[in-house]
Amino acid sequence: MNASNSKSNPGTRTIRVGALARVEGEGALHVAMKDGRVEEVRLDIYEPPRFFEAFLRGRDFREVPDITARICGICPVAYQMGACHALEKALGAFDQVTPDIRTLRNLLYCGEWIESHVLHMFMLHLPDFLGYESVISMAADHAPTVRQALRLKKFGNDLLTLLGGRAIHPVGVCVGGFYKTPDPTRAAELASEARACLDIMSELTLFLASQVRYPDLERDYEFVALCPDDEYPMNLGRIRSNKGLDVDQERFGDAIEERQVPHSNALHSVIKGRDAYLVGPLARLNLNAEKLHPRARELLPQVRRSLGQDLPWRNNFLSLPARALETVHALGRAADILAAYKPLAHPSILPAPRPGVGGHGTEAPRGICWHQYHTHADGSIAAARIIPPTSQNQRCLEQDLRELAGRLAALPDDQLALRCEQMIRNYDPCISCSVHFLKFGRTWTPRAGIPAAPTREDSA
Amino acid sequence: MLAKSPIPKVPPKSRLAVFKFSSCDGCQLSLLNLEEHLLELVDAVEVAYFLEARRRELPPPYDVGLVEGSISTPHEAQRIRQVRRDCRYLVAIGACASSGGIQALRNWADIGDFVGAVYPNPQYIRTLDTATPIAAHVFVDFELRGCPVNHAQLLELVSALLVGRRPNVPTSSLCLECKRRGLPCVLVTHGQPCLGPAVQAGCGALCPACNRGCYGCFGPMEQPNLNSLGDRFLELGASHRQIKHLLRMFNAYLEPFKQASDHHERLEQQK
Repeated sequence: MNASNSKSNPGTRTIRVGALARVEGEGALHVAMKDGRVEEVRLDIYEPPRFFEAFLRGRDFREVPDITARICGICPVAYQMGACHALEKALGAFDQVTPDIRTLRNLLYCGEWIESHVLHMFMLHLPDFLGYESVISMAADHAPTVRQALRLKKFGNDLLTLLGGRAIHPVGVCVGGFYKTPDPTRAAELASEARACLDIMSELTLFLASQVRYPDLERDYEFVALCPDDEYPMNLGRIRSNKGLDVDQERFGDAIEERQVPHSNALHSVIKGRDAYLVGPLARLNLNAEKLHPRARELLPQVRRSLGQDLPWRNNFLSLPARALETVHALGRAADILAAYKPLAHPSILPAPRPGVGGHGTEAPRGICWHQYHTHADGSIAAARIIPPTSQNQRCLEQDLRELAGRLAALPDDQLALRCEQMIRNYDPCISCSVHFLKFGRTWTPRAGIPAAPTREDSA
Repeated sequence: MLAKSPIPKVPPKSRLAVFKFSSCDGCQLSLLNLEEHLLELVDAVEVAYFLEARRRELPPPYDVGLVEGSISTPHEAQRIRQVRRDCRYLVAIGACASSGGIQALRNWADIGDFVGAVYPNPQYIRTLDTATPIAAHVFVDFELRGCPVNHAQLLELVSALLVGRRPNVPTSSLCLECKRRGLPCVLVTHGQPCLGPAVQAGCGALCPACNRGCYGCFGPMEQPNLNSLGDRFLELGASHRQIKHLLRMFNAYLEPFKQASDHHERLEQQK
């Protein structure tokens, strides 16, 4: 339950949010403080494990995108794209994928970015900044904005439906491309809606930049994102950071490690030899701003002026306007692709089975989602490894929490809990995804001063 | 799966609660994806508990509880009993809640192997040996199939409950939807395995419309003839292993799929 309590012990307090609201999946927050100092911060993940990597073994490679999609209902395309690219590498077919197929993949991803970003910005996160408990309450005072947001989200879902038959767990994607080329009549209809949505989102971006106040929480992050040479990142590109990481896609799994830290049983991704890193919209924007679609690029100076912040933005609360700019970008890209769309004669390259190994990450709405597969000669999966964005961000997230809780120590418990929750939502954490993967330990053991893993019963 | 007794009338401004168990969040998201109907819905019902969407929580009892996800941890097995007590009508939404979902593939494996393969500290993982549907634990008033659930069916469910009638959800096979759309038969014309003849309608025949065979998001229809369908797949050149895998997807643990996949597994091992 969203409540907090002070311990009776003077000078010691525990802020506890038993079940985080407006995030995807189930998590809980503990902040233990002593004499105004933060002693321990923990984001507990009590989402049950589902063992995807274990039961992918032995399955045919063609089944993988349909299965991995089920990891997350909010970003199924990210799990399909990661699987397709990594498997095409394992099967030696990566270079045969045609530019037309790559363009349609970007269009599909635009749909997911729009749907996921709009959902998060307006329905899950903005209520925090405007002082509402949910979009349902917010709609009473901001009906036009909410209606506009719903229209944008619907457009994102319509794009997914165009290419995949439905928005959640689309069925159109296969290793090698698509099962079918989209209907050109429907594509033309959506092209005009894309242009209308582009205007709406440009206005909303300026609204978010000028009418919303963002708390200050500057930190020296290591931003990690795909960095293609010629476009804003989505499906392709080397993986780079602002602090010197520069690796080929295949080697990303070796460049990071999952480390056990003393204060928690949860393992956190760190860059080998360094520390925590941040993936997601802020990282993408800081590293690739000049590659935004012209419609987003032309908004950027005005957004920067309104916020009083030049790039790079080192405050993750600004992930909200960063998401807004990315949504404009995705709408612009979608409008261009739809306008130029011609049905594909060969929507898939139909790769053949062979033994191999391939690793590839794509930019899920919340950051890099990296997959690696080993295949047998018959095309069945020998081993799978998936690194989702939320588990990569978790160490950063806890560091942010520690910093924020320290700065706001004077606030009463319930307000501090609220501010911490708002900060967690900067990450648009997708807890459903993060927990289903290897090496993601959880904190079940009760500790002195901190309650055990929360349950509905004991938090009610 | 329909409840035996008709569902009685629920008073206006019913209190709606949405609960999540082991799942991907997709079926809850289907509620938020009702788009233009979403604002009408929140007007028509009191959204009393829906953690993914709102921070405010009203205490139970709730008139309608929608449950997403399967039961896969000891804590979930406990919690679903409380949820049942808190809700007048309990509806399982989606493949995880109505069949156990994709995570029910563990039901054929040694869970120790799975945990050990995925986690370095298996002792911290508390999980059940099986992932099972809600109805295996508590009485369920109604079930909506699908991975994910279909919007129109979700809206039909809520509307029906609001006016006090039984939801009108088809139990026929996917083939009927496919024929109605005038799609060429994947099985007959393309010679590809398609589960359509044995699968409950609901998605609108999405896969045949994409030139691919149905992979069974809505689970088995009533009395599916999986023997005959399996034989046809074999004639088309599919192996027992492929047929087993086709049945062991998102509704693998529903009895007809479970039995048929076990059958093909035995034949695969005999060879």
